[in-house]
Amino acid sequence: MNTLNKRLFGGNEGLLGTLFLAIILVVVLPLTLDIFRLNLMGKYLTYAFVAVSLVLLWGNAGVLSLGQGVFFGLGGYCMAMFLKLEASDPVTTKIQTTPGIPDFMDWNQLTHLPAFWVPFKSFPFATLAILIVPAVIAYVVGAAMFKRRVGGVYFAVITQAIALILSLGIDGNQGLTGGRNGITDLKTLLGWDIRTKSGQYTLYFVSVALLFGVIMLSRWVLSSKMGRILNAMSEKEDRVRFSGYDVSDFKIFIFCLAAAISGIGGAMFVLQVGFISPSLVGIVPSIEMVIFAAVGGKRSLLGAVYGTLLVNTGKSLFSETFPQLWLYAMGGLFILVVVLMPNGLAGLWADYAKPWLRGAKKRLLERPPTGEPTTAGTAVETN
Amino acid sequence: MFAYTTSELTSIFTMQGFAGLSLFSVLLLMALGLAIIFGQMGVINMAHGEFMAAGAYTVYLCSTLTARFAPAFQPYYFLFAIVAAFFVSGSLGLLVEWGLIRFLYKRPLDTLLATWGLSLIMQQTFRSTFGAREVTPTLPDWLMGSFKPTETIDIPINGVFVMALTLFITAAVMFFTFKTRSGLRMRATVQNRMMSGAVGINTKIVDRLTFAIGCGIAGVAGAAFTTIGSTGPDSGSRYIVDTFLVVVFGGAASMLGTVASAFGIAQTQSISEFFLQGTMGKVATLLAIVIILMIRPQGLFASKVRRA
Repeated sequence: MNTLNKRLFGGNEGLLGTLFLAIILVVVLPLTLDIFRLNLMGKYLTYAFVAVSLVLLWGNAGVLSLGQGVFFGLGGYCMAMFLKLEASDPVTTKIQTTPGIPDFMDWNQLTHLPAFWVPFKSFPFATLAILIVPAVIAYVVGAAMFKRRVGGVYFAVITQAIALILSLGIDGNQGLTGGRNGITDLKTLLGWDIRTKSGQYTLYFVSVALLFGVIMLSRWVLSSKMGRILNAMSEKEDRVRFSGYDVSDFKIFIFCLAAAISGIGGAMFVLQVGFISPSLVGIVPSIEMVIFAAVGGKRSLLGAVYGTLLVNTGKSLFSETFPQLWLYAMGGLFILVVVLMPNGLAGLWADYAKPWLRGAKKRLLERPPTGEPTTAGTAVETN
Repeated sequence: MFAYTTSELTSIFTMQGFAGLSLFSVLLLMALGLAIIFGQMGVINMAHGEFMAAGAYTVYLCSTLTARFAPAFQPYYFLFAIVAAFFVSGSLGLLVEWGLIRFLYKRPLDTLLATWGLSLIMQQTFRSTFGAREVTPTLPDWLMGSFKPTETIDIPINGVFVMALTLFITAAVMFFTFKTRSGLRMRATVQNRMMSGAVGINTKIVDRLTFAIGCGIAGVAGAAFTTIGSTGPDSGSRYIVDTFLVVVFGGAASMLGTVASAFGIAQTQSISEFFLQGTMGKVATLLAIVIILMIRPQGLFASKVRRA
């Protein structure tokens, strides 16, 4: 039990942190926010999947991908294709020239369903595809690059180019993908209406549950021997290689895992928001998700969730009241976080809040000050 | 593709080839600045496009001021505006290096994020100052028009001008890098910072000037850009990914590689844009580059395997 606690939550302290976040997400937010705001929070939580994947990839393995939006989008499109096919049954689309195909295909004079859409009629296939399509793409890209020892900024530039390619490619093929408008008018999931109030509540809680599942899975991976190798690799890659490990295999694995996690986020996004479009796939969302992870602390899994929620809440509040200032704030945040707090909120917590709490506890217990050495300096990055 | 006659195809290839040459000029001008900043110094400047936009806006400002205060000067202002663009973007670069970049030399991935933040701020500044609409400076008459060597071929003069400017700047950058003392100091600092410091080169000053020159060249690229397109707050960021690909594809440390890859990318894109619909020409080009880079990560003209 004790080891399980350690592996899944990171010890008692991590368990407390996880419980605290769980209380916020499961109890506080649903009780205080109306359904519109809660749905918005649910949308942000789907970005948190990507932020968590970046914590794995960037914070712990030292590989910065600027193309996580690609995997978010692929997961989202897989889900959206299934939902769109369900929404386009021959009865509701009987006014079309070809009933039974999605409306945008009909507008683009397509007369039959393209072959790659056909398997998405099956729900099990779509669910598997949400995980497997991003992972396979990540495997191809990762294997090609990590095996040739391409890393660092070159990997970042190339993944960014992939994000551009995918968003332009979706945009340019209106008949096959819905083009710039994306896939819209999604109504039901296996006959269950996702647009009702109860549906949105349910989906919010499903997202929260999946997010915690993903966080625990990530912590399990990071606390394994592989997590240690990843960590060592991000510090001194050559040394790990000389010790006899094939560095690229570990990188490929973590890249695929991160891609699959982002894919889940994308699928949950589609379910809660009801559409997907290429604007969620491209360069800008991909890089924004990096800043979510950076604000939370790039090595902290829970921090990524806080970072995502804070930046997005800030964004929606800011752009409602001062739309002009939002870009300044966002840009300033980028610079500030990177230059002044490289460990993000989690770093602030570990450096300032925790020592203060410990001091407060001591004062409360009125223990006479002893000469024992403080451990504040070593308590970094426990989350 | 088979519906055209041979002479039509020749014209198409000539004109698209020429359009490709214009694109080549812009890509090369942007990539030259980036080849210095990224290829030589290893700094990922995501705000490079905004330095280009700053140059373009400088030309616009010069054009407006000339039209209002010295209309007689109209035919000549453009040449001065190019110089002004170099210095405006260059001094901005100097400021940014001093205020931000110099703290981040050891953390390349963080530079990327910080300069992305910078680019957002600069874009919003452009938007607040010049408005969200795209602007076009009044070009002098001698830049307008076109000449027609044959009935079906039509070559615009501004394109020729941009190309000449590109050739000039490329030659100047090559000369500076390989034939002057400052260029020598720059290359020395890039190759071995400690050693350069030990022989008496002030590496901090060299860094600052190198960054400023790279940004200044981006400003000239922006000035050239105004002759073939209008300028908006985000016109710089539209080219940033292409520019990075040009530099990476050419081989980061090689100037010659940058020229060759800018040429290849621009020509492929412009010719494939004619035969494929809409943005698919660009998609095909980018995809080809990415696939080639996966097979040959060191780019066209570099022997070292790159790791950052």
